[in-house]
Amino acid sequence: MTDAPQVKHHGSDMFEGYPVDTANTAGDQAVTNYTINFGPQHPAAHGVLRMVIELDGEINERVDPHVGLLHRGTEKLIEYKTYLQALPYFDRLDYCSPLGMEHSYVLAIEKLLDLEVPARAQYLRTLFAELTRICNHMLNIGSHVMDVGAMTPNLWVFELREDCLNFFERASGARMHSAYFRPGGVHQDVPEKLLVDIGEWCETRLPKLFGDAMSLVIDNRIFKQRNVDIATVSKEDALAWGFSGPMIRGSGIAWDLRKSQPYDAYAAMEFDIPVGTRGDCYDRFRVRVEDVYQSAKIIKQCLRDMPTGPIASLDRKVVPPKRGEMKQSMESLIHHFKLYTEGFHVPAGEVYVATESPKGEFGVYLVSDGTNKPYRCKIRPTAFSHLQAMDMMAKGHMLADTTAIIGAIDVVFGECDR
Amino acid sequence: MASPAPLVAPRAGLAAALEKLLGDDMLAHVFTAGEDSITVRREAIAGVMIALRDNLDYQQLMEIAGVDYPDRPERFDVVYHLLSVTKNHRLRVRVSTDEATPVPTIVPVWPVAGWLEREVFDMYGVLFAGNPDLRRILTDYGFQGHPQRKDFPLTGYIELRYSEEDKRVVYEPVKLAQDFRNFDFLSPWEGADYVLPGDEKAGGTGEAPGKGAPTPMTSKEVKAADDKAKAPPPPTPKTTEKPADTGAGNKVNKAAAKPSKDGAKAKADGESKTPATKKAEKAAPKAKAPAKPRAPRKPKTAKSDGGDA
Repeated sequence: MTDAPQVKHHGSDMFEGYPVDTANTAGDQAVTNYTINFGPQHPAAHGVLRMVIELDGEINERVDPHVGLLHRGTEKLIEYKTYLQALPYFDRLDYCSPLGMEHSYVLAIEKLLDLEVPARAQYLRTLFAELTRICNHMLNIGSHVMDVGAMTPNLWVFELREDCLNFFERASGARMHSAYFRPGGVHQDVPEKLLVDIGEWCETRLPKLFGDAMSLVIDNRIFKQRNVDIATVSKEDALAWGFSGPMIRGSGIAWDLRKSQPYDAYAAMEFDIPVGTRGDCYDRFRVRVEDVYQSAKIIKQCLRDMPTGPIASLDRKVVPPKRGEMKQSMESLIHHFKLYTEGFHVPAGEVYVATESPKGEFGVYLVSDGTNKPYRCKIRPTAFSHLQAMDMMAKGHMLADTTAIIGAIDVVFGECDR
Repeated sequence: MASPAPLVAPRAGLAAALEKLLGDDMLAHVFTAGEDSITVRREAIAGVMIALRDNLDYQQLMEIAGVDYPDRPERFDVVYHLLSVTKNHRLRVRVSTDEATPVPTIVPVWPVAGWLEREVFDMYGVLFAGNPDLRRILTDYGFQGHPQRKDFPLTGYIELRYSEEDKRVVYEPVKLAQDFRNFDFLSPWEGADYVLPGDEKAGGTGEAPGKGAPTPMTSKEVKAADDKAKAPPPPTPKTTEKPADTGAGNKVNKAAAKPSKDGAKAKADGESKTPATKKAEKAAPKAKAPAKPRAPRKPKTAKSDGGDA
């Protein structure tokens, strides 16, 4: 080793005759880290994520995500609303998979009420929860692919997302914030033609368009270079960091609440749980792609087995009567009035109900004090835990890989920040 | 169970195993609605979590929730939700604390607890001793207070808006154009804990206020109540002398009263009057006697009710 550091790099000739600050030149030891802000206004931040990243050259040294820029106090607001009035807030949590959010909430209320739900309502909820999963994955897969540089598949899968939103509109009247699942069942029955159309769509348009789009990506060399072996998470880490959904399955743990703790009609469904082998971003992506096909399989089974009958519980102390009924019967009128003003009372107690939302375990911890308003409604978001592991996952990777990692987390800030 | 909620089989022998494993650290174990929940000593929480993770296979910490019960001496509950992916079971662990007493952190047990504890701290002000990074997480930079506490108002204390004058976002105290409307639908027969309007007199009967129909009063009580009602009314009738008395609130923006730069000068008081107004004012007598204040209302007495008693 020589005494003075030798500056040897390609452009060294051009510095001849100039004083060179050898202490801070590339190739030397002494390069100070610098800190950058990623977001909150960045298309790859998937909303309002601000990350303070400490960089050594282009390598992430430390990532500090700042969340809460979309905090709207949903849990506080819910404490001031009746159980039914609080339902639409759930649509607005994860606005990419609204029905998945409602699902946990209505199940939690039903569990506290110990309310029986008719079979058709359970099948309808299962059907639309799976449609929501497809809808959500279309957005995530598309944007993940776009984050690492491919444009076309995103445009194609958005077509499919549009189809899903049209189905939601035909069932509930609203494209995104459906408020379709209600305590005791669903809001209204679906037209027969809609079920036929969903079945046809699952048979033809979905596999064709989605297959086409994925054929561009799955074996694409560039896509693999950007995702394979990026942010590898071991099984132990996935458990310790509270992963769920495609994130934990990507790490090779076959954990799916639809299978292990079945709710609604999932116990009767036959489907497989795709798992990853390496736990990297590519595995998470592939798990989601396979999830879409499994969802289509569940939808077809729902359509095949869906019974006829009422679409909501007939317990008139919880579920309001139909409008037509209300115009004929005084008792129905009273029930209708009481349910839409005072709302129903939920027995005192506490439950934690978690469902497999498209992004992972979405839980609702509901504490009731026996009145018509929740005493406490804690929402367990999926992205909160996943995003916390950002530092662990992104450390040592390039800055440009950060976008791929966020894309593979599938984060939506409505839900993360509540 | 009849409801379609997630099916989780009860774990056989859990109660005995918990008893054996935790001993005195476990204060209570209840099984309701198909869910196990235990209450443990606050000081022992970290050790309990390690024991539950390593001996009873609860590998995952899914959630930490705070709950506020302002009436209790230790007003906060910190509720941990554990999940076992091998035994397919959930367990709820609860500790209680107050504003000043910290709860030992469990970050060394589960790294995911870091943000979850930060959230409980942010929302309730519960302190976690040993958490390496106990910053606020969901609320704004520089936020004060803990919004999920039951005594924190729903509307909060400050609001922010973009100020065109300052060309930046400014923080201001919350000004509501209309009071927050909280409809109370609780029937007086089940749990309203306030005096119903018109039921004020019933408060002195020894009955819990507002609960049930008031007990019929004795003649003595009726007389006492009547005497009370006959007492002279408070001397000052309600007047609106200052603008502040009108309930209209302050002027929104002082700058709005000033003349703006773009020519539309706010005219002085005299200039803004039309000639017709001026003429009318001249014709009117200069000094107008102020209106006589209304005599205070006479209190209703039992006699004036029409004698239907």
